[in-house]
Amino acid sequence: MAISDVASFAHLSAADVEALGGEFDAIRRDIEAVRGEKDAAYIRRMIYIQRRLVVAARITLFASMFPPAWVAGTAMLAAGKILENMEIGHNVMHGQFDWMNDPEIHSGTWEWDTTCPAEQWKHSHNFLHHTFTNVIGKDNDVGYGILRVTSDQKWHPVNLGQPVYNALLALLFEWGVALHDLDIEAIRKGNKDPKEMKRQLKSIGRKVRRQVGKDYVIFPLLAGPAFATTLSANFTANIARNLWSYLIIFCGHFPDGAEKFDEEQLEHETKAEWYLRQLLGSANFEGSRLLHVMAGSLGYQIEHHLFPDLPCNRYPEMSVRVKALCEKYNLPYTTGPLHRQYGQVLRTLMKLSLPNKPAAPAPQRPARVGRPSPEELRQHRGPIPPQAAVA
Amino acid sequence: MRTLITPLATLRDRGRAMSVPQKLATAAAGAAAAALGATALEVRRRVADSDASPGSGIDLVRSVVARMTTPLLPDDYLHMINPLWSARELRGKVVEVRPETHDAATLVITPGWGFQASYQPGQYVGIGVSLDGKWHWRSYSISSAPDRAARGRGTITITVKAMPEGFMSEHLVRGLAPGTIVRLALPQGDFVLPDPPPAKLLFWTGGSGITPVMSMLRTLHRRGTMPDVVHIHAAPNRGQAIFRDERVALAGTHPTLRLVENFDDEHGILDVSKLEAACPDWRDRQTWVCGPAPMLEAAERHWESAGLGQALHLERFSAALTASAEGGHVVFAKSGREADLDGATTILEAGEAAGITMPFGCRMGICHTCVIPLKKGMVKDLRNGAEYQENQGVQTCVTAAAGDCVLEI
Ligand SMILES: Cc1cc2nc3c(=O)[nH]c(=O)nc-3n(C[C@H](O)[C@H](O)[C@H](O)COP(=O)(O)OP(=O)(O)OC[C@H]3O[C@@H](n4cnc5c(N)ncnc54)[C@H](O)[C@@H]3O)c2cc1C
Ligand code: FES
Repeated sequence: MAISDVASFAHLSAADVEALGGEFDAIRRDIEAVRGEKDAAYIRRMIYIQRRLVVAARITLFASMFPPAWVAGTAMLAAGKILENMEIGHNVMHGQFDWMNDPEIHSGTWEWDTTCPAEQWKHSHNFLHHTFTNVIGKDNDVGYGILRVTSDQKWHPVNLGQPVYNALLALLFEWGVALHDLDIEAIRKGNKDPKEMKRQLKSIGRKVRRQVGKDYVIFPLLAGPAFATTLSANFTANIARNLWSYLIIFCGHFPDGAEKFDEEQLEHETKAEWYLRQLLGSANFEGSRLLHVMAGSLGYQIEHHLFPDLPCNRYPEMSVRVKALCEKYNLPYTTGPLHRQYGQVLRTLMKLSLPNKPAAPAPQRPARVGRPSPEELRQHRGPIPPQAAVA
Repeated sequence: MRTLITPLATLRDRGRAMSVPQKLATAAAGAAAAALGATALEVRRRVADSDASPGSGIDLVRSVVARMTTPLLPDDYLHMINPLWSARELRGKVVEVRPETHDAATLVITPGWGFQASYQPGQYVGIGVSLDGKWHWRSYSISSAPDRAARGRGTITITVKAMPEGFMSEHLVRGLAPGTIVRLALPQGDFVLPDPPPAKLLFWTGGSGITPVMSMLRTLHRRGTMPDVVHIHAAPNRGQAIFRDERVALAGTHPTLRLVENFDDEHGILDVSKLEAACPDWRDRQTWVCGPAPMLEAAERHWESAGLGQALHLERFSAALTASAEGGHVVFAKSGREADLDGATTILEAGEAAGITMPFGCRMGICHTCVIPLKKGMVKDLRNGAEYQENQGVQTCVTAAAGDCVLEI
């Protein structure tokens, strides 16, 4: 769908959209004006907690022959990895803390504790996913090249296996992420540059060697008699991290209410329309502060997509203003408890493993009396002045 | 100037002056950093990529430790125990802030791992201080004399004069608490005292310009071999003359050191004709001049017109004022391309127009793919007018030159 076809958006005039864009810009400016020591202290504290957790976990696991030590060590290691990947790595790599001018906490230098090389992540995620959010054919996060997540994607008998692929992806999420930037779709269609693919594979291979070496060779060997239990603890922690990040990330764009778009939308898209696409394409979930931190602040997926490079610790206060704007402009603000959001994701995945139901009565679009058609709208706005993409 | 990763890049050279645990950690970091001259992006890649083959015993331990901490470095954990135990970013601890005059103070700094104790007298260091969450960098000449005997465990001092409304200098002189951890860049600069020194020298300093020369005087004093030195120092008044007691005492100790003092309130401004009178044989001397910009310009003109430019060494504390500039001459250092920009062209567009393969993603300021270290000068964010100074990564897709600048690509 193009934005102008999205029902929940149909009541806005072109001028409304631009005004809304201005209001989002104002939120950004306000946060930029106040970010400072408080935000720096937040990310530093997260990093300190995370590193202490990991050190404590690794030490505890030396005694992992004793079941309580195994449980405690595994839990701390899983928590450490989750914190690192979600709240720290993901947000730092977005450049949320680049303004600190600290090369140790910078998007250009951060490398995270997972098999996906940061450089490839930043391409597939920061650029492709955050720029072309939910545009089918452009954003590879729409189903990750293996799942059918919207009825706009054509059904294929392969999709029958969707429940199984979904479960496997959840368990092996880290590996899915590692291979993501290779662009399975492009490889399948045969239009992937083999040289680039070789370079990417080499870089993934190196990262994998180090990650696997650490968790499955070095620490188990160092643990001596606790070799097997350390190995199983590390394995369990990695799987727990996989399941958790899968859960959180799937709740960002696949629950009901998160819209998908087609490539037509991108033509002549203004910054204001880009904001709208982010807003309509994302879904939040509700929960305690601890839940949000462990979720890498992705419970504020909407705010994250509107302002991916503003400090994540500011999302709660931004969400108040974003919600108010949604009310003012009569726009949906998709949110709900985590379990409900995931329930919807699961239902969609199951439903879409089967072909679309032959459309009975076509879904009723809201009447558009007196509103300009999408074509007219576009003409009104004209081409974007070169600065608009920047300003 | 300091780049984002200078400390990592030079780790290997520093092994000699360090203790064994220091060596282990830095070596591990060094293995990760691998080669010299990397950009921040390359370092990140290296940290991920380093697969150093184990060689000697130390190499083996080092590579094991780095493999345990991957994707981080051992330093990233060690500095949580002691902030100075990291060579990933050079750190220093301010152990004392000693007032010199009412608007100048000396900071005594204990450098952390990886800092070169073997700087040359006259060189300066970059000092990074975190203010309201953000690291700000300025350069300061080292005022202490290098102490080889301390073997890396010594201190360095810098001496700062608070500028009126000076953002950093005010803070360093009046607001910095002892115990503060600062970041350091390696000593650099070629305004240095040669070893051995020439037989006849002239030092001409004004105000805070005394600092690099103080390091030279202290070095000569420590070695006990003071050549024929004339030191002319200008200050607004007696009370504001930095290091006055020490300089007078040095002149008393060394008959070959002659000190000429000029206090503007007593003697009027010191100009070149006065200088000639105070040191008639200036033509025969290798000369080091450091002070306010007008003084440096006068010296340059005077020595050039005498055809003695070779004998003159200058240190400038201030670059051209660029804060409000629009556009400027942009140098892309690694690719050797240059361009003259207006205040509306983004650095990204300019780089591409100059034929450089610039990294980019969204081109709208959200993905940070296009970040490149700014080495010199200032750029302005076209979205909100925010200014970014040298030594940080800048988003080229939304920034334009604010004066002349150098980018590391
Ligand atoms: C190699 C080198 C060595 C140095 N060594 C020393 C040293 O030993 N001791 C020392 O005190 N300083 C030294 N400096 C200067 C120091 O780096 C800072 O520039 C100085 O302390 C002012 O910083 P600030 O943040 O307080 O100034 P800012 O806040 O940046 O500005 C300070 C004041 O100067 C004005 N100003 C800013 N830029 C300029 C300019 N280019 N020309 C004229 N006025 C300007 C401002 O309006 C303000 O009043 C050195 C500089 C260099 C490059
Ligand atoms: S290209 Fe995306 S931030 Fe500059």
